[in-house]
Amino acid sequence: MTDDRNAPSVPPHTADLWQDLRRLTRARIGLGRAGNALKTEDVLDFQASHAQARDAVHTPLDVSALTATLGPEPYLIVHSRASDRSTYLRRPDLGRRLAPETLGTLTKGDWDVVFVAGDGLSSFATQQNAIPLFRAMKSRLPDWKIAPLVIATQARVALGDDIAASLGAKMVVMMIGERPGLSVADSLGVYLTYAPFVGCPDSARNCLSNIHAHGMTIPAAATKLAWLMREARHLKLTGVGLKDAAPDAPLIENTTPTLEKDNDQ
Amino acid sequence: MAYRCTLRGEQYTFDDLKMLLAKASPARSGDELAGLSASSDAQRVAARYALADLPLDTFLKSELIPYERDDVTRLILDTHDRNAFSRLSSLTVAGFRDWLLSEDATTETLAATALGITPEMAAAVSKIMRNQDLMTVSRKIRVLTKFRNTVGLEGCLSTRLQPNHPTDDLRGIAASTLDGLLRGMGDAVIGINPATDSVSNGLALLEMLDHARQRYDIPTQTCVLTHVTNTLEIMNRGGAVDLVFQSIAGTQKANEGFGVSLSILKEAHEAARALNRGTIGNNVMYFETGQGAALSADAHHGVDQQTVEARAYAVARAYDPLLVNTVVGFIGPEYLYDGKQIIRAALEDHFCAKLLGVPMGCDACYTNHAEADQDDMDNLMVLLGAAGITFLIGVPGADDIMLNYQSLSFHDLLSLRKLLGLKPAPEFAGWLEKMGLYDPQTERMLDIPPGQTLLGEMAR
Repeated sequence: MTDDRNAPSVPPHTADLWQDLRRLTRARIGLGRAGNALKTEDVLDFQASHAQARDAVHTPLDVSALTATLGPEPYLIVHSRASDRSTYLRRPDLGRRLAPETLGTLTKGDWDVVFVAGDGLSSFATQQNAIPLFRAMKSRLPDWKIAPLVIATQARVALGDDIAASLGAKMVVMMIGERPGLSVADSLGVYLTYAPFVGCPDSARNCLSNIHAHGMTIPAAATKLAWLMREARHLKLTGVGLKDAAPDAPLIENTTPTLEKDNDQ
Repeated sequence: MAYRCTLRGEQYTFDDLKMLLAKASPARSGDELAGLSASSDAQRVAARYALADLPLDTFLKSELIPYERDDVTRLILDTHDRNAFSRLSSLTVAGFRDWLLSEDATTETLAATALGITPEMAAAVSKIMRNQDLMTVSRKIRVLTKFRNTVGLEGCLSTRLQPNHPTDDLRGIAASTLDGLLRGMGDAVIGINPATDSVSNGLALLEMLDHARQRYDIPTQTCVLTHVTNTLEIMNRGGAVDLVFQSIAGTQKANEGFGVSLSILKEAHEAARALNRGTIGNNVMYFETGQGAALSADAHHGVDQQTVEARAYAVARAYDPLLVNTVVGFIGPEYLYDGKQIIRAALEDHFCAKLLGVPMGCDACYTNHAEADQDDMDNLMVLLGAAGITFLIGVPGADDIMLNYQSLSFHDLLSLRKLLGLKPAPEFAGWLEKMGLYDPQTERMLDIPPGQTLLGEMAR
C-alpha cells in the first residue's frame, strides 16, 4: 500500500500541474483514469484509508495499555449502558449513561474537575492523545483539586455528565475520539462542561476539536483548555455564555462543533 | 382509531395511523432508536396488510401531526389539489401501488396527479413497494427544472460538483472545481459546503465561483450552501446568488431546529427570483433533506422517519426548486445502519419526492461509523441511475475532506453515465464539447492534461 498522495497515477506530462495544485488541498484531485474508473493504486489507497478509519471506530480501547502509561497515578474505569460497539453505534442514548454496575464504583468527593478519557468514535485518538493531554493539564492547573482520571468505554460526550455528578466534580473535561475521516482517524475532541448534570444541553459545553499530530497540538490544546477552565470557574458557566465572554476570539475559534447534522458525538 | 389484521391465526392491533405506518416500515435503526419499529417481522407484514387495505383518502381525513400545531401539515392540506386527486380517490393504498405500476400510470398521468398526492400517501404506498417497484415508478416520472440549463430530461444524469475545503481556501476549491469540470461534472450545480458559515465568507466564495463561471461561460449555476438567512443578507449586499440553499425537514419544529420557517423560505425565494440571473428558467431554490433529521431534533411527533422525510418534499415543492437531494447516508448509523438500509432509504426518498413532483437527486454517501463502503455506493448509484435520479453528487476521489464522509467520485459518475447511457444536461454537454473536453463520436469525456485545456488557468 501507499499513503503517499504526492505519487498518484497521472500521466507524466501532467504531473507537474496537479502536483502544484495538490499543495492547495488534500482533496484527491487529478486522479488518473482506467477507462472511466480510478486507477488500481488509487482504489487501494482509498480502501487503506477507509480501513484505518473503520479500525479506529471498531478497535476496542486498550484500557490496560492506558493505565500502564499512567504509572502509579490513581484511575477509575467505567463503561456506558451500551454493552458492545454495535449497540453503541445504534443507541447513542445508551452511550450517554453509566452502566448501573459501574455507577456504584464512583463515590462523591470534593473535586474541582474530573477528566474523562472516553473512546468515542475513535479509540486510536484516545489511546494516543488522552493521557498526554491529561498530563499537560495537571501541570497547568497546580492548585486545582483534580479527581483521578476516569477511563470510559462505549462513551458519548454526555457520559461525562453522569460521571461528574457521581463524583461530585464541579466541572468535567471529556476527552473523546472524534468520528474518523479518511485523512485523519485519530483526532481527539475535548468538551468542557461546568456544573454538569444528566440531560445537560450541548449549548452548555465548550469544545476543542481536531487535536492530533497534524492538527491542534497537545500544548496548544492544553493552553486553550486551561484558559477556558479558569474562565469557567470564574464565571460559573460554560457554553455559549463563556464563548461570548472571551476577550480574544481567536483563542477559542475552535470551540464550536461546526457541522450541521454532525451530531453523533 | 385502531387498525387490525389477523395474519396466520395471530391478531395484530395498531392503535393509530402513525403506529400503523411506523410498524409497516422496512427495518431501520432510526425507527428502532425512536421506539417506533415493528417488534417482529410478522408484525411488520401484518401492518402492511392493514395499510394496504386503507382507502387513500384516509390521509386527508386523519392528520399525523395536528393541523393547529404544525405549519407543514397546514401547507400539505391547504395546497392539496382535489381535482388532481380525483383519479385516485377511490383507491386503497394497495390499489394505488397497482395503479402506479400499471400502464395507465404514464409520464403524463403521473404529472397530472402529483399535486393530488400528499407526502403521507406517498410514504404509505412506498412501504408496500419493493425496491424494484420504487425504481419502476420513479423512472416514469419526469420533473424538468431550469436555470442556466435543463435539469431532469429523459436520458440525462446531472451532477453536483462539490469542491469542499476544510478552510475554504479559494485556490484549493478552484483546484477541485477544475478537476470536476475536466471530468464533466457540475451541470446540476457547482456547490460548496462552507467550513465557516458566515456572510463575508459566503460572499467571497460566491464571487470566486461566479467569476470562474463567467470567465469560461459555463452554462450552469453556482451555490454556497450557507444558511438561508446568510444568503438573504448576501443578496442584500449584491452577492452573486444563483440559488438559495437550505436544509429542510418535515415538521415545523424540525425546521425551527434548522432556524428556518416557511415565511423565511418564501422571502428568500422571492428575493432570488427577483435577481433574474437564470438564462432559460427561474427555478432558484436548492434544498437538502434526509431521513432522521426530525428525530435528531426531537421533532418527529412519533411519526416514523421515512414518513416525516416525505413531508419535507411538500415543503420543497412549495418553492419550485431547481434541485433537491437527500443526503441519505450522512446522518449516521443510528438512523440508517448499513448499506442495505441506506440503499432502501435512498430509493424511498427518490420515489416519494418524484411522486410529489420534486426534482430529486441524491448524495449517495456514508460515514465511517456506518456499515457501508464504496461497493454499497456502486450498487446505490446504479439503482438510482436506473430509477431516473435527477442528479448525483461528486467529490474528488469520493473523499470529502471537509465534511469527513464519502460520496461518489467523478470517476464513479463517468462510469455510471457510460454504464447506463446517460448524458449531462444538453446545454452543459454542448459546452463540454465546445471546450474540447467531450468527444460526441465516442460519447466519452476525453482525458486531457489540464495544462492543455482552456480551463487550466482556473486554479492558477
